[in-house]
Amino acid sequence: MADNLVVEVVSPEKRVWSGEATMVSARTLEGDLGILPDHAPLLGVLLDGVVTVKAADGSNNEFTINGGFISVSNNRVSILGESA
Amino acid sequence: MGAQLRVYRRRMRSVKATKKITKAMELISASRIVKAQQRVAASSPYAVELTRAVTAVATNSSTNHILTTAAENPKRAGVLVITADRGMAGAYSNAAIKEADILMDSIKARGLQPIPFLVGRKAVNYYRFRNRAFAASWTGFSDNPSYANAVEVSQALIEAFVAETGEGLAGVDELHVVYTEFKSMITQTPIASQLLPLVSAETETKHEGLLPMYEFEPNAGEVLSALLPRYVQARVFNALLQSAASEHAARRRAMKSATDNADELIKSLTRLANAARQAEITQEISEIVGGADALASASAGSE
Repeated sequence: MADNLVVEVVSPEKRVWSGEATMVSARTLEGDLGILPDHAPLLGVLLDGVVTVKAADGSNNEFTINGGFISVSNNRVSILGESA
Repeated sequence: MGAQLRVYRRRMRSVKATKKITKAMELISASRIVKAQQRVAASSPYAVELTRAVTAVATNSSTNHILTTAAENPKRAGVLVITADRGMAGAYSNAAIKEADILMDSIKARGLQPIPFLVGRKAVNYYRFRNRAFAASWTGFSDNPSYANAVEVSQALIEAFVAETGEGLAGVDELHVVYTEFKSMITQTPIASQLLPLVSAETETKHEGLLPMYEFEPNAGEVLSALLPRYVQARVFNALLQSAASEHAARRRAMKSATDNADELIKSLTRLANAARQAEITQEISEIVGGADALASASAGSE
């Protein structure tokens, strides 16, 4: 297993959260999606709901996202929400 | 106190009062510039991620979207002009309006009809006073725009772009935005840029290395149609934020020079008042001396 994921949760007004994480789970238009390190590059549209980021230090962070999407590439995960 | 001196004193009092006001406005603007700049900076991660995503979709699929395709024979072009709600900011609003006029002239030269969309009370007043038509206007948030404002504006713009070009003011084939770029505390320049259809040059931003082959969920087309309106919103939001920062900077500068001028004016009025007071004293002395002389010579003559 490679390194951790570098995760950024951003809204138009500010960067909500950024850091390393071991897992990200979110719900896209096609269903629930869990992202672990070395996930294939992906761009998905998120449904309104909760995105959970399991941080590298073991804490669980939950963000309520409205109208957003997720992009994954090279162990970088960006979650963009209109409001987060 | 002589009449002349009283007039000078009165003018000095009024200039001093004005100076207090301009000084206060200068300080307020100075503190707001910093806040506005921070908001520009805070919005940039979102814009960067969004641009990266749009670039990824655009390079990895040949999906065409209504927002990226240019009309075959464009007839109208929408122009979003971003100005201030309040004055006291020097040439800030007028510079943006002038830039918009130049853009609209060039649009006319291409045989298109420009349709203005206005942000800020200054632009609205300018257009009303000159009886110029405009499609829509938004006011009340120019100095502190929120994302909701940007959404409101861009939804109207996207609707106009998607709508068929027909009669009335609805429906445009191109969209441009004129805003004031915040370059530094002392330089702000109004610039015009094309918003829609998305120009490929703008989506091809610098990117190190090759973009990975993305999987799309559910598919490229739907991702694109979710992304593009947000991209437009983010661009509009960025334009609003930069304009807000520029507005504060322009106001600070205008108020700074107003305060400096008031200082200058107070200085010269003080000099004039001093001269007037001195002249008054001199006159009084010569009157007393003259009077005493007259008395002395009168009494000397009677002896």
